[in-house]
Amino acid sequence: MKARTLLDKLWDSHVIHQYENGWALLHIDRQLLHDLSGTASLNALSARGLSVHNPELVYATPDHAVSSAPGRDAFTYETGGKLWKRLHNLTQKENIRFFDIGQRGHGIVHVMAPELGLVLPGLTVICGDSHTCTNGALGALAFGVGSSELAHALATQTLKQRKPKSMRIRFKGTLSPGVTAKDLILYTIGRLGAAAGTGYAVEYAGPVVRQLSMEQRMTLCNLSIEFGAKMGFIAPDKTTFEYIKGRQYAPQGDSWDQACESWCTLSSDADARFDREVVIDASEVAQMITWGISPEHVIPVNQNIPDVDDSVDDSVRKARQTAAEYMGLTPGVSLAGTPVDRVFIGSCTNARLSDLVEAAGVIQGRHVAEHVKAWVVPGSEIVKREAQALGLDVVFKNAGFEWREPGCSMCVAANGEIGRPGERIVSTTNRNFVGRQGPGVRTHLASPRVAAACALAGVITGTIGV
Amino acid sequence: MEKIRTIEGRVANLRRDNVDTDTIIRIERLSTVERSQLGQYAFEALRYGKDNEVDPSFPYNQPLFAHAPILTAGKNFGCGSSREGAVWALVGLGVRCVIAPSFGEIFHNNCFQNGMLPIILPEEMITSIDLQTRQGQGLAVNLGMQQILLPDGNVIEFEIDARRRDALLEGRDDIEQTLTQDAEICAWQTQDRQVRPWVWLHTENNQ
Repeated sequence: MKARTLLDKLWDSHVIHQYENGWALLHIDRQLLHDLSGTASLNALSARGLSVHNPELVYATPDHAVSSAPGRDAFTYETGGKLWKRLHNLTQKENIRFFDIGQRGHGIVHVMAPELGLVLPGLTVICGDSHTCTNGALGALAFGVGSSELAHALATQTLKQRKPKSMRIRFKGTLSPGVTAKDLILYTIGRLGAAAGTGYAVEYAGPVVRQLSMEQRMTLCNLSIEFGAKMGFIAPDKTTFEYIKGRQYAPQGDSWDQACESWCTLSSDADARFDREVVIDASEVAQMITWGISPEHVIPVNQNIPDVDDSVDDSVRKARQTAAEYMGLTPGVSLAGTPVDRVFIGSCTNARLSDLVEAAGVIQGRHVAEHVKAWVVPGSEIVKREAQALGLDVVFKNAGFEWREPGCSMCVAANGEIGRPGERIVSTTNRNFVGRQGPGVRTHLASPRVAAACALAGVITGTIGV
Repeated sequence: MEKIRTIEGRVANLRRDNVDTDTIIRIERLSTVERSQLGQYAFEALRYGKDNEVDPSFPYNQPLFAHAPILTAGKNFGCGSSREGAVWALVGLGVRCVIAPSFGEIFHNNCFQNGMLPIILPEEMITSIDLQTRQGQGLAVNLGMQQILLPDGNVIEFEIDARRRDALLEGRDDIEQTLTQDAEICAWQTQDRQVRPWVWLHTENNQ
């Protein structure tokens, strides 16, 4: 039999009907709904008089448009309150499990779903959210869709998709101390460019990936879409199984044994062929930070912003000039030392317990610079409770951070939580686009460690080699 | 969904790479503005300057191109967020066809759900389109023929997946069609419950 990639195995096992030209009717095993696209899709369905095909496979939680203010409720951000109410009512009507604000299980959809054991190896998972690729860390075929495709999946429990090409990125070497999965993936995007993954499903592999914790793997997969790959995943292993075991929705008893047996087959065959192979030496990766308006505009914290001289072609030069101008920076000079106004630790990229532990380790016993406004927004209610049990909330508060309630908050800025025009924010999020954190706001993406170091110093810096 | 056969009209150009869907439509507008009103908020960050003044260099601020149904764009157009509102905002602006060297994949999918034709062409061909249409000359895009008629009479052929082309030509909705395959879907699910019982959560788990 022909050697198969993990993509082949994940894909083929969900094909209900094969059409011409690579198109297939794929079974969808889980839909995750949030307050923006989830509400829109359920509305679209209801407007057509259709109902949800398998409500037991659909899970909802409000994350995008909810306030993260301490003591918040669903209506603290009024616009979000309306969306909350619609999502709440529509999920009730359709018999879909709704994890509400304040409940165990509430949180950013890509934090709470793996945490509850809703996402498992070998599953197809979709959500009206491009960062659904995060869930690929568990060995799932997980991808973002628009609200029309989501409505299709709700009505039929399937999607018509064309099989993507396969890419494998192997990380060899070892990560240096203080360098994290966030730095690794930012470095990779800088090397490959923001469109390198378009049309591909990316499998991350190699010894470095094997040593990453599940939470770091989620950070790695989370940024797949930032170089264009709709899906990014990792073959499940012992780390994966240990992470899943005992979670609320994970299989138990005989069912667990049967599942593990099946999950063990989910890896690329040794002689499988990929459409593109990339090898990255993780030993070369330093602490990274973005300087521009695309995730590909990324440099080691201690290096200069790229120049715009004649050595680069015209379109690259123009793009760099536009980016530097928006960011209020000068090409060719050091980024480190640039004053920052705010620091945001949160998002589906970096707001899990281990991220907060890392950041807290940097700030323990110290205080944020006087002019810096610093926030921590835990990724979920469970993360919040576990962090509080470890006393991390006290560490952050003593250091001058605001300790807030779970949600997407300033990553998506759809909840009234935005910066002011011109503000410079170091953020553990995933997008540094123009206006992403509010009109005119300048975003620098970095790891929780680097963000914490910037909050203390009040300027852009890292924890090593700066 | 409205059928697409031909699109004729002026061409606005926005030839910068990596224009993301946040730039096409701010997320806040999606939770506060009706879908039919999104057009006026398309490309806010590019239409207005630092002090909120109208930027005359932006094509949709120019009378000649304000209603151009065809947009030429740079690489990776529509990258980033999956928000379908990006397509709705372009439709609201009057755009029916975007021509770019490459697209963000989810945006590209979303176009086909909303009667918008995305065409992939090499950079140099797009440049020649721009050169011929910058005084407001029109293009004629014929989807059935997969051809673009240039003002100078030359024709550019383009590739498009046949399934997607036919769906746009027929204004076809996938949901209706897939629902006719429900027996096949249900049979697959019945078998899957035996093969992968752990996938199938029961309502009692859901309390």
